[in-house]
Amino acid sequence: MSVFSRAGLFVILTLILALILSILPMPSWASDYRPQWVTLILIYWCLARPNQFGIFAGFALGIAQDVISGALLGEHALSFSVIAYLVGELHRRIRAFPLWQQAVAVWLLLLIERLLSFWILGATGQPTPTLAYWLPTLVGLLLWPWLSQLLDRLRFSLWLV
Amino acid sequence: MLLAVLLALGLMVTDAREGHLDWLRSTLAVAAYPIQWIAAQPSRLARKLDGQFATEADLRERNALLERENLRLRGQMQQFLALQAENSRLRDLLGSSFKVSDRVLVAELLQVELDPYRQQVLVDKGTASGVYIGQPVLDANAVMGQVVVANPLTATVLLITDADHALPVQINRNGLRTIATGTGRVNQLHLPHLPKNADVRVGDLLVTSGMGGVFPAGYPVAQIIEVADDPNSAFATVKAVPTARLDRSHEVLLVWTLAPVAAPTEPAQALGRGQPADNPTDTSEPAVNRS
Repeated sequence: MSVFSRAGLFVILTLILALILSILPMPSWASDYRPQWVTLILIYWCLARPNQFGIFAGFALGIAQDVISGALLGEHALSFSVIAYLVGELHRRIRAFPLWQQAVAVWLLLLIERLLSFWILGATGQPTPTLAYWLPTLVGLLLWPWLSQLLDRLRFSLWLV
Repeated sequence: MLLAVLLALGLMVTDAREGHLDWLRSTLAVAAYPIQWIAAQPSRLARKLDGQFATEADLRERNALLERENLRLRGQMQQFLALQAENSRLRDLLGSSFKVSDRVLVAELLQVELDPYRQQVLVDKGTASGVYIGQPVLDANAVMGQVVVANPLTATVLLITDADHALPVQINRNGLRTIATGTGRVNQLHLPHLPKNADVRVGDLLVTSGMGGVFPAGYPVAQIIEVADDPNSAFATVKAVPTARLDRSHEVLLVWTLAPVAAPTEPAQALGRGQPADNPTDTSEPAVNRS
């Protein structure tokens, strides 16, 4: 997959869209529920194209997320590379799961991402966030079936894989 | 895998310990700017439309209101000029001459939500406009924070309520100096170093003290809302609410404090107001302690 092929452009486009969604201003009641867009998209591409999407893709995406959201440089890079590694190891099994079971597996991955960020927040002396900190993982759990189906359809209709 | 984790950990440690990575961050931030710009467009458009659909009556009313306020402010300004002149005369008598006036630049907040567990905002002016790291940022009411990352087109402002931020303040009523630290919540500051017998009351206004050399002296910061005596702690528990509208301002003021001109005859008078860059031996704490 070259970066400039149609497939490559589509992947880049979804990643950029996810980055935008992750910092798009939302009404204050909704911002607690903002799903981890970038993580979801990363998991999707790690499952769909495990040969191209490995640990270092996760790492690069994490750095991009850190710079855009003003987090500590490396915070998301750490959690994203761990997630990319886990998905890389488990992708055959996760892909064979029925959709709901897949969503639960994704939920666990989302929890791991949050847990790592939580640890970093604590290590840098930030105050402990409230329970609402874990809400986005649940939204991600509900969102996963729709998101993966939508991306599958788009992918298959755009270039016949 | 191990390599990536070690790399990420290494990056975090170097970033947390006094930015050796500022060059890397600002290079990457230039590439990230288009994404942040796009994300800011919907709310900018919404505000524009809001302006388009304002009725004439609304505008007239608003205009009248602003004219009244303008008149009031100009009235106060006349007095201010006289006071400023008097102030500088008195300072001349004391032998230390500070430039009172500060240069300001209006910047607009980019309406994007950064990491929700850190108190930061992004503004649309950067080093191209002369913004520098450590620059104080105000809104119309009070002090908001200081610039921690300055990129060519944008700058990240650490708000005074971030848990990493500490701000030297004094109580306006009696001049008692202390330090206000952020709590990580947008509407609360904490004054951890006040002894239990300190003269501090609910309703007191905190203003910047100018110690530390980052913020100019005399700008309002916060109002005390709670003074409690916790028998378990050695110090009084004092909480304050920031006067600045940290979560609602659209425009902010970036301030250039003019370097204090130390009177050549009495250099000792300028102590405490020296710019940190000029005297690196000055240990009066910098306002940010990232650790």
